[in-house]
Amino acid sequence: MSTWRTVIAIVAKDVASELRSKETLSTLLIFALLIMVVFNFAFELRVENVRQIAPGVLWVAFTFSGILSLNRSFVVEREEGCIEGLRLTPVDRGAIYLGKFVGNTLFMLAAEVCILPLFAVLFDVSVLNPTLWLIVVLGTVGFAAVGTLFAAMTVNTRAREAMLPLLLFPITVPVLIAATKATGQILDGQPFAEISAWLRLLVAFDAIFTVIAWLGFEYVLEE
Amino acid sequence: MRRDKYLLALIGLTAVSMIASLYLVFVYVPTERTMGLVQRIFYFHVPSAWVGFLAFLVAFVAGIAYLARRDWRWDVAEATSVEIGIAFSTIALVTGSLWARPTWNTWWTWDPRLTTTLVLWLYYVSMLLLRQMIENKERQARFSAVLSIVGFVNVPIVFLTIRLWRTIHPVLFTSEGFALESSMLLTLLVSLLTFTLLYFCLLWLRVRQEYLRAEIDRMKDQLLSAS
Repeated sequence: MSTWRTVIAIVAKDVASELRSKETLSTLLIFALLIMVVFNFAFELRVENVRQIAPGVLWVAFTFSGILSLNRSFVVEREEGCIEGLRLTPVDRGAIYLGKFVGNTLFMLAAEVCILPLFAVLFDVSVLNPTLWLIVVLGTVGFAAVGTLFAAMTVNTRAREAMLPLLLFPITVPVLIAATKATGQILDGQPFAEISAWLRLLVAFDAIFTVIAWLGFEYVLEE
Repeated sequence: MRRDKYLLALIGLTAVSMIASLYLVFVYVPTERTMGLVQRIFYFHVPSAWVGFLAFLVAFVAGIAYLARRDWRWDVAEATSVEIGIAFSTIALVTGSLWARPTWNTWWTWDPRLTTTLVLWLYYVSMLLLRQMIENKERQARFSAVLSIVGFVNVPIVFLTIRLWRTIHPVLFTSEGFALESSMLLTLLVSLLTFTLLYFCLLWLRVRQEYLRAEIDRMKDQLLSAS
């Protein structure tokens, strides 16, 4: 099987099982909504203008809920021994990584598409901006690229779910800063030239870490 | 062990260098005019930060070597170097904070170097935690090799990101050379040498300890299988 067909097969498998159970997406959505509501309560009492903290809240909601999705993607593989099955298939390990990575990105994006309108309502901002969508996609890709690699490791440890955020958040600090800054600049209505430095940074992070995670995955999966 | 006399020589050299830098820091070098006595912490702060960085660099190289060669000794070098790196970054963060209070009038600021050091510290502590949670030795080595590579690649990216964001940290090494008076530069360079030697002493001792531990384990197994 060619690499691309393997990738598509793995993504299709994940999407099909998700469409049947709807477990990941529903927990993701509720959790992200909960984060935005909690932050609204926590800050409304002190901050003059809640719109100022809107970009930060949005990205905290995206990344915290993303952790759930990433953990879930390998926990289900492990539960039924599916990961052993994947390991035994005569395909390139890199293709397995790409399949899981694309699947994770899709789940996170699907949840984010639902969160954005709620965000617009709760913080009274406009999210009808293609540049904002681009930032959301780039940030999510960067987060999922490293997250998929780390989730494959942490699922094999005693603490399982608890270890993933500890490792993932320090590494994705650049993504969080760049995405939050760029989102803020868009919501303030600044010109594209101001935002392009952050966009370039996001693209560079995505490119570097997709390649590194793709190379590293081979060593993580071998037994 | 056969190489122990080299280790003793290294420890001796480090001790001499240590005494020399203590003399330079506390007696020789003049007190800085605006910041006063507190500025002398600089000669411990910068070398600690440097050793922290060097230790993570060594761990990165050892991680690559482990994945290429699959020799458990590379894993020992990598893990012990990370431990030492965490210790020295902690010193750098604490001394930096003590120095920042009188000069910048704040304990902490989100400057590129501070933030990068803190982010690295958090990451490598998590990495050691993960190591402890894996029972299988071979898997432990493989995972931490991958993690040490990913962590180090991230260093320049984190740094650039935060520099885009904000900075107040003084820049010592500009393109025109050092922005330091010559006696201060000498003291700094000797301190850097001392801390680097100290790093290699500690690394050697830790690696030696792990080898001895492996040797004892092997002997125990031999004894148990013989009886």
